[in-house]
Amino acid sequence: MDNNRVVITGLGVCGPNATNVPDFVHALKNGISGITHQSDLEALGFSCQIAGKPPLTEDRIAQYFSSLELKNLNSTGIVYGVIAALDAWENAGLKLSDINEPDWDSGTIFGTGTSGIDKFRWAINKIDDMEIRKLGSSVVVQTMASGVSAFIAGKIGLGNQVSTNSSACATGVESILLAYDRIKSGRAKRMLAGSTSDSGPYIWGGFDAMKVCNYKHNDAPEKGSRPMSATASGFVPGSGAGALVLESLESALLRSAPIYAEVLGGDLNSGGQRGLGTMTAPNPVAVQRCIKKAIDNAGIRANEIEVINGHLTATTKDALEIENWKTALDTSKQKFPYINSIKGLIGHCISAAGSIETVASVLQLAEGFIFPNVNCEDLNPAIADLINESRIPQQLINKQFNYLAKASFGFGDVNACIILKKYNYE
Amino acid sequence: MSKEEIIAELKNIITPYSEETIALQSIDDDTDFLKDLKINSANLVDIVLDIEDRFNIEIDNDSMAKMLTVKATVDIIENKRQGNAG
Repeated sequence: MDNNRVVITGLGVCGPNATNVPDFVHALKNGISGITHQSDLEALGFSCQIAGKPPLTEDRIAQYFSSLELKNLNSTGIVYGVIAALDAWENAGLKLSDINEPDWDSGTIFGTGTSGIDKFRWAINKIDDMEIRKLGSSVVVQTMASGVSAFIAGKIGLGNQVSTNSSACATGVESILLAYDRIKSGRAKRMLAGSTSDSGPYIWGGFDAMKVCNYKHNDAPEKGSRPMSATASGFVPGSGAGALVLESLESALLRSAPIYAEVLGGDLNSGGQRGLGTMTAPNPVAVQRCIKKAIDNAGIRANEIEVINGHLTATTKDALEIENWKTALDTSKQKFPYINSIKGLIGHCISAAGSIETVASVLQLAEGFIFPNVNCEDLNPAIADLINESRIPQQLINKQFNYLAKASFGFGDVNACIILKKYNYE
Repeated sequence: MSKEEIIAELKNIITPYSEETIALQSIDDDTDFLKDLKINSANLVDIVLDIEDRFNIEIDNDSMAKMLTVKATVDIIENKRQGNAG
């Protein structure tokens, strides 16, 4: 079996605080929040009435979809996913195929939790109103889970694997690792990896009902998402999409593509909902094992990790996550790597979290900076007991570094961890 | 509404579904939706829904299955409109 090195040659993002990569870098460095008050959530009596939603104009959307596609388009997740994916493809210097032959060497694994939830609601209401014949042809393609990968593949002309993965909040990192495996083993030259998540009350409602969202900052949206803070009291729901073009190093060098970073490896596992793990709580043994296996798989030592981009959703579980990292890396209070969470700026983008956050991670490696954590000026004392406060930057750090670990953990007791390395041209 | 007026309305409805601009310009009785206008067959149901809205008629499944050419479609529209008038 082949054993190709895999690099990242294109990035795209459609997030609550930025809908293109240059704006995203600016927002990360300057702590620009995308969390805003949502009048629809207030009107519907949500406990948490703030959220992160990509600010898109109709003109922007019309650049990515035909007028016919736009006619009945009611799937925010597909809109976000297509925008991030096509931007990443273009960023990698690749073209949309205008010939009849598919690009057999390129595919996509683009994940989501649900698809077209607003479209689905509309269709259900039509059916219940005895108007099934009014559904037309657009319901299936927008509500099938793989709608997002199907739209992306059709626009580019992808001829390799075209699929959608789903593993709750681990979806985004999982999509990248699945794409990585496909290129590493020589079955594809390029894979567009990423994930998306719908926005709106029908996707966020279930979380609100579980009382896992923060309801204490409805009047101060930008202060609401507080990872690692003593006053962290639940996550703020987000939405959007992140996309990365993964490519064999050989292919990237052959076409002189810019290389952002190298994917060294990673791991996917589950705590099996055994031990302390449940449907909604992570089994710490599995989290630690996932991180350790990822480092082994990457062929580096734990003490080489310089920066961690955590899952850190802004719940009371943040301290447990830090403890898991500390145990997995077998490190000390002082030597713990820098750690940050972008959720303070964009909230928890659910199935899109892992991909948007990996885009942020890759940008830090490529451009040599560590973005500041926001809203943790009152650091959780349980975290301060575990690691030195200097490990949690609250100011931008400009610094070249080589190794970053990114992890996401999801409902179903599932874990994903990826190890990235700065690419130094040889 | 004359037959010419119905065809003109039909052309407006169909235009977003076809990229065959030349065939759309010269639309006539014999124009075939799939062969001449290269309309994605999945979109035929959407065209029928648009026709229902525009002409305020309801088209049954059997009629829908016949609506593959301009002539057949205009015949069905005229037929249903008369049904409504009567």
